[in-house]
Amino acid sequence: MREGMFRNLSGCAMSGIFSKSGKRFSGKYIIDSISVMHERSNGLGGGFSAYGIYPEYKDYYAFHIFYDDKFAKKNCEKFLEEHFDIINLSKIPTCKTPEITDEPLIWRYFVTPLPAKLADSQLDEREFVVKCVFRINTSIDGAYVFSSGKNMGIFKAVGFPEDVGRFYRLDEYEGYCFTAHGRYPTNTPGWWGGAHPFGLLDYSVVHNGEISSYDANRRSIEMYGYKCTLKTDTEVITYIIDYLHRKRGLTLEEICSVVAAPFWSTIESKPSEERKRFEYLRCVFDSQLINGPFSIIVGFEGGIMALNDRLKLRSLVIGEKDDMVYVASEEAAIRVVQHELDKVWSPSGGEGVIITLQKGQI
Amino acid sequence: MVVNYIYPEYEIVRNYDRCINCRVCERQCANEAHIYLSDEDQMVSDDSKCVNCHRCVALCPARALKIVKSGHTFRENENWSGKSINEIYKQAESGGVLLSSMGNPEDYPVYFDKILLNASQVTNPPIDPLREPMETRVYLGAKPKKIERDETGQIKNNLPPHITLSMPVMLSAMSYGSISYNAHECLARAAAEAGILYNTGEGGLHEGLYKYGKNTIVQVASGRFGVHKKYLNSGAAIEIKMGQGAKPGIGGHLPGTKIVGDISKTRMIPEGSDAISPAPHHDIYSIEDLRQLVFSLKEATAYTKPVIVKIAAVHNVAAIASGIARSGADIIAIDGFRGGTGAAPTRIRDHVGIPIELALASVDKRLRDEGIRDNVSIVVGGSIRSSADVIKAIALGADCVYIGTAALIALGCHLCRSCQTGKCNWGIATQREDLMKRLNPDIGFKRLVNLLNAWKHEIKEMMGGMGIISIESLKGNRLMLRGVGLNEKDLEILDIKHAGE
Repeated sequence: MREGMFRNLSGCAMSGIFSKSGKRFSGKYIIDSISVMHERSNGLGGGFSAYGIYPEYKDYYAFHIFYDDKFAKKNCEKFLEEHFDIINLSKIPTCKTPEITDEPLIWRYFVTPLPAKLADSQLDEREFVVKCVFRINTSIDGAYVFSSGKNMGIFKAVGFPEDVGRFYRLDEYEGYCFTAHGRYPTNTPGWWGGAHPFGLLDYSVVHNGEISSYDANRRSIEMYGYKCTLKTDTEVITYIIDYLHRKRGLTLEEICSVVAAPFWSTIESKPSEERKRFEYLRCVFDSQLINGPFSIIVGFEGGIMALNDRLKLRSLVIGEKDDMVYVASEEAAIRVVQHELDKVWSPSGGEGVIITLQKGQI
Repeated sequence: MVVNYIYPEYEIVRNYDRCINCRVCERQCANEAHIYLSDEDQMVSDDSKCVNCHRCVALCPARALKIVKSGHTFRENENWSGKSINEIYKQAESGGVLLSSMGNPEDYPVYFDKILLNASQVTNPPIDPLREPMETRVYLGAKPKKIERDETGQIKNNLPPHITLSMPVMLSAMSYGSISYNAHECLARAAAEAGILYNTGEGGLHEGLYKYGKNTIVQVASGRFGVHKKYLNSGAAIEIKMGQGAKPGIGGHLPGTKIVGDISKTRMIPEGSDAISPAPHHDIYSIEDLRQLVFSLKEATAYTKPVIVKIAAVHNVAAIASGIARSGADIIAIDGFRGGTGAAPTRIRDHVGIPIELALASVDKRLRDEGIRDNVSIVVGGSIRSSADVIKAIALGADCVYIGTAALIALGCHLCRSCQTGKCNWGIATQREDLMKRLNPDIGFKRLVNLLNAWKHEIKEMMGGMGIISIESLKGNRLMLRGVGLNEKDLEILDIKHAGE
């Protein structure tokens, strides 16, 4: 059975490295970091997101697409040509390794919406892109867009994450931010699309946990036009973040107060203004509250956000050294790439850690 | 004519070895089923008057009484039941409509009983409510369409008027008149104590209960009895009653004999006059008329109160609810065909309307399909019998439930289904002073609070088992449900999987 046909519960490892100064560094480090947590994955899914890796194409949406076969590719490219100006297209460079098998066709396109199509749609550019991605993923059989942001890319596969990193030759990319994920699904996904990170536009999410609010979240987000085709927690979390951030205009801090809302008892102890704000957010966005264990790292253009569930039922550690910030499921995954740390700490449940580039960087 | 003789359905069995002729049963029975024969110094019973309310049984100090189902029977017939035959005798005699009380008792499927809940194992921890916070607070009302910010970037509070509840349960509409003042006082005080709301029903609000205003929903029904500006402004929310699960499509009738004293005053109608609520609101013949009433009521209360529109679950409920969600209403209440009543025509009660589980599932789905689920909250009733039903209703998509019968049972109702006689031996559905005082509000309200607290504990335990610590994450979370013994169509409408899937 393919991912999306059933609900696949997973445990996981995750890691993230971010340079606040915007200094670009090699993808090698994130592979080193995630490989330490080998035991937290079971070889059924690994992946990376990388930001700042396509500076020469930074104004174009970079679509990474899996194709089951040439027929799917042909259909999808026809669709892309009808809706986008394709500036560049190529196979994503890979390196054959015995650990990674059954690969689909993996292609990359740098695109920008056709002005006439965009004007006709009466949508803003990002919404237009999202709609097109959904169209491909739900109606072009055998084609799946797994990365669609600008100046960033997602690379994922079925396998252990360190093997996936080598397969995609991640060490040859340079970016200011990388996140990584090793998956421990309870069922065989058998399909690469189900691996993490999950992305939409420049948002990418890696996630460790199993949320018990899944169907409440899914049914509410689908009402706003999203389509949950993978039936994974990560997918729905990504859509919630996109919805709250891009469509409803909430700040990342406010998003944390929605998805990992403070308890009523905590809210009641706050000063009046703050109390009203928390109450408002919980009340208006009750269906976007996420319940059950999770730790997530959200990547976006110019920053990352790390967040734990309200009871802190999953591990999450932050380390800082000079302008570098490290986030991981385990401290060991940080120490292996940066032994000396200025600061290392575990955020509390529901406490969002938001790190962005220093002013003027990118 | 002898053909009219109907053998009693229940028999009073008296153990004469135990009976001490104390005559408590005689005094307690408003139906006069117990008679003391002074010549023989012996108690006897008239089974034909017994409604099986258990009052005498519960109060007999010698435990000498029990009520048993009569073994008397017609010649067996799978088509003509004894009930059907007897009803024909009654109608042939009276020429009248058969009346019944409380909810539909017939053998239709109870979908709640064919739905099972989930619990966490291994991949996701169950949460212990004794150790971790477990939140059951609920907000009911519409959601703002847009986030607005002030010049400093702070979010403006543009939340439409709403209700806050400590748990997703409210006490449903039961009018003062159909039930006693003491019963109403129990409901009001229990709601205040438990941090929830009760509903006045269509009987106005007695002056003595205005102080519980912030825990009160004031109802406006087709008869408009007891509706005035102060009444509308006294509650936390206003409910427009379009229909009721026990009698969809018809109005109400409180006989003039019950319109006495404070009831006449509260309803604002002369003593002794029948209180007849028409089937429709005569200013609402279509959806656009409903919108006008919704906004009239909002105008009258300066847009400070949410407006609930209550409908019976009928075949086209999803489309009707969808219209209501666009009518300016903040909350939709849906009453299933099992919903209770003080009196309804038997044929209507037993044959009109649809199960609340199916109605709820299709309304919630329709509102989501149309992208208007955020316009309204959904409250369901008829009938919610336990905390498990509450959990299942929420997981199917309700924000909150209404309980009526369950609340009355907590006050002592024994479901004898004879409310229409006005001779409730438990002091609930009666206006007779001597009977009414049997319900002590100080005790009654506590029993009701106990019930609510017990359910809240159970709700928390079940939520915790599912790994959910805030009730909002259960709302519409249909993956937490599985059907057993349901067919494909049932599962499709409920939008749940079968157990084992």
